[in-house]
Amino acid sequence: MHSSQIIKPVKKVKGGVMVPHSKNTKDMPVNRLPAPELVCLPMSQHIGAPCQPVVKVGDTVKVGQLIGDSDKYISAPIHASVSGKVTAIKEMRTATGLVSQAVFIENDGEMAEYEDLKAPKIDTREEFIKAVRDSGLVGLGGAGFPTHVKLNFKPDAGIDTLIINAAECEPYITVDYRECVDNSWHVFNGIHLVKDMLGFKKVIIAVEDNKPEAIKILERIAEKDDEKNEIKLMPLKSKYPQGAEKMMVLSATGRKVPPGKLPADVGCVVMNVASAAFIARYVRKGRPLVSRSLTVDGSAVANPQNVRVPIGTEIEYIIQSCGGYKEDPVKIVTGGPMMGAAIVDTAHPILKSNNAILVLGKDDISVKRETDCIRCGRCKKACPLNLMPTVIERYARSRDVAALQHFGTMVCMECGSCAYSCPAGRPLVQYMRNAKAIIREEAQK
Amino acid sequence: MSEENKKLLTVSASPHRRTQDTTTGIMLDVIIALVPALVLSVVLFGFRSLAVIAVSVVSCVVFEYICRKVMKRNNTLGDLSAIVTGILLAFNLPSSMPLWMVVIGDAVAIIVVKQFFGGIGQNFVNPALVGRIVLMMSFPTYTNSFPTPFAWRIEELDAVTSATPLAQFAGNYSIDSALSVMNSAELPSLAQMFFGIRGGCLGETCAAALIVGGLYLIVRKVITPTIPLFYVGTVAVAMLIAGSGNISFVAYQLLSGGLLLGAIFMATDYTTSPLGFKGKVIFAVGCGIITSLIRIFGSLPEGVSFSIILMNILVPHIESLTSSKPFGTVKEKKSKKEEVA
Repeated sequence: MHSSQIIKPVKKVKGGVMVPHSKNTKDMPVNRLPAPELVCLPMSQHIGAPCQPVVKVGDTVKVGQLIGDSDKYISAPIHASVSGKVTAIKEMRTATGLVSQAVFIENDGEMAEYEDLKAPKIDTREEFIKAVRDSGLVGLGGAGFPTHVKLNFKPDAGIDTLIINAAECEPYITVDYRECVDNSWHVFNGIHLVKDMLGFKKVIIAVEDNKPEAIKILERIAEKDDEKNEIKLMPLKSKYPQGAEKMMVLSATGRKVPPGKLPADVGCVVMNVASAAFIARYVRKGRPLVSRSLTVDGSAVANPQNVRVPIGTEIEYIIQSCGGYKEDPVKIVTGGPMMGAAIVDTAHPILKSNNAILVLGKDDISVKRETDCIRCGRCKKACPLNLMPTVIERYARSRDVAALQHFGTMVCMECGSCAYSCPAGRPLVQYMRNAKAIIREEAQK
Repeated sequence: MSEENKKLLTVSASPHRRTQDTTTGIMLDVIIALVPALVLSVVLFGFRSLAVIAVSVVSCVVFEYICRKVMKRNNTLGDLSAIVTGILLAFNLPSSMPLWMVVIGDAVAIIVVKQFFGGIGQNFVNPALVGRIVLMMSFPTYTNSFPTPFAWRIEELDAVTSATPLAQFAGNYSIDSALSVMNSAELPSLAQMFFGIRGGCLGETCAAALIVGGLYLIVRKVITPTIPLFYVGTVAVAMLIAGSGNISFVAYQLLSGGLLLGAIFMATDYTTSPLGFKGKVIFAVGCGIITSLIRIFGSLPEGVSFSIILMNILVPHIESLTSSKPFGTVKEKKSKKEEVA
């Protein structure tokens, strides 16, 4: 049975790579872990200005209480994820290498909720945006861009399409899938809320076709709405990186986001499905973003599963809660295997934007020795943004900024398709980052 | 960090997953694709052709090893590219070639063309083809005398040589004389041409084996069909015009000389061909035009090696003409219009 709710992509994404899905945890509902004894909440968990702590050492805080905020526009407030005492506020290095102030809270085991939390008043567009800001929400898909900034466009800006991203094209990760399956009611409400509050005429939910169960559920969501026929479901061929913002916009509308521009510049807002579901929950109870779901997987962890933990929980604690190590881990990654960051140490806290911890053993990793480029052109073919990584690599070596800009270095979104497909094992993403750094350096001179 | 996690973790830039494909695997696929033609060369020209191939491969490997050693660079024999060069150079020589000359060709290919420019991926022209051209210039008598197929079974090897179909066509570029050549009894039939029963270089004669190898490479996604199709297609069109529409003249042209070997295995060399589709088309059409011009007007009977080398040299220019625009780049004309509007 094909309903009119299902639409085909307007344009197909070029390039990309067929990465093994490894969605081993897709049948595992999210398991809420007991809260740890200590959480560490860095003040920089998002793209934009870091927050300043608004509590002092020795203060007693409760779950959901504001502990960090910023007066800068591009930022998102941070809330206590456990109840207890603030034991320290000091600088620390996060897993990605950024140095940031962090608030440490010792859990008193009560998990008592902050008394002032209540459902926000959201009668107008402005109130809705403010509520989203107060919730501390950042993109839960991995990038961590403050959601209120993304949603705060002018009503006359010509933005007509809301794209709900449930593609989850990174291998291993299944938390967005679980959100669709387990919390479909929240997903449904969240989509409607954003659509109605911001006046979108068209909503397209994008999902990869390796998740038939999610497609069924989302199709029902689309059907339920629809006397107005405004919500559509778009199944995509499972191919990495279908879930990237620019690719989503291309599939859903056929529009291409120009270099240096955002989806909003072509009339689209792309939102992660878990973010939409969170908004639905927030407006009911007013409980800010204090916990999140993660996929814990990889051959070196004993019990791979999906877990829900307070933000700021130590990675080591999570791994130990999943049965600890089955074998010596070779590499531990926060996020997916294609774009996630390898971490040095497991004594780091989970941030709002982390959607997975991958404890990769020797079977998961193929360490390739870097050999000379043979100009096979596979990197060019794999690049969804039509770049030529091997050419850019060569110009980066000669620091030719004009050529680097001509070949669109800054357009690169570091999806890793080029490096994945390189038979010579060249770390092309690293070279692309290097090329970008050269352009930035020269611009500063 | 806990007790069982004492070992240091690996840290590297993303992505943390890589394809299983390797340079060695790609070269191995090319070698496998060359095997049918290799077997046929032994069937047609005897074990002497195996000797030429073996000497060529061994000397390429030895030269590469010595070069890397002398230049104090890491050993690259493992990528198997020297073996591919060795086989391809041998394929471009007659089976009667004196073996010491083969070694000279290999030295030019590996030392001068490949390693002097930095090794695999850095040479700007195809090493095997330059090796062959140097031998053609230096020892024309030997590179242009071709043993008759199956002669090795009955007689002394170098006693019987036959003119290749292309040599018979050469200089006969008025269509009437070309047709009269085709009617002469000396010319092998088209079926014989297809299965390689004709005089020629040891690896180039059997079209069937080369096409099988080419299909294998396409199925394995080592090459795309773009360059072979456009190269052969261009020659076909040119010959259709030159032969005033005579189809069997076109067929003889496509099946003779090193066209298929060149189009499938030499022009598709990654290092010396353009990266993108548009560039590949320009490159292949250029190869086809030069090949046809040499065959029709040149004093040489064959032009495949020269045309590929000439187009190799043009590749950087083709690349800069056809470089792809980054995703979402607005075409300049369009944006000007928008500004006006």
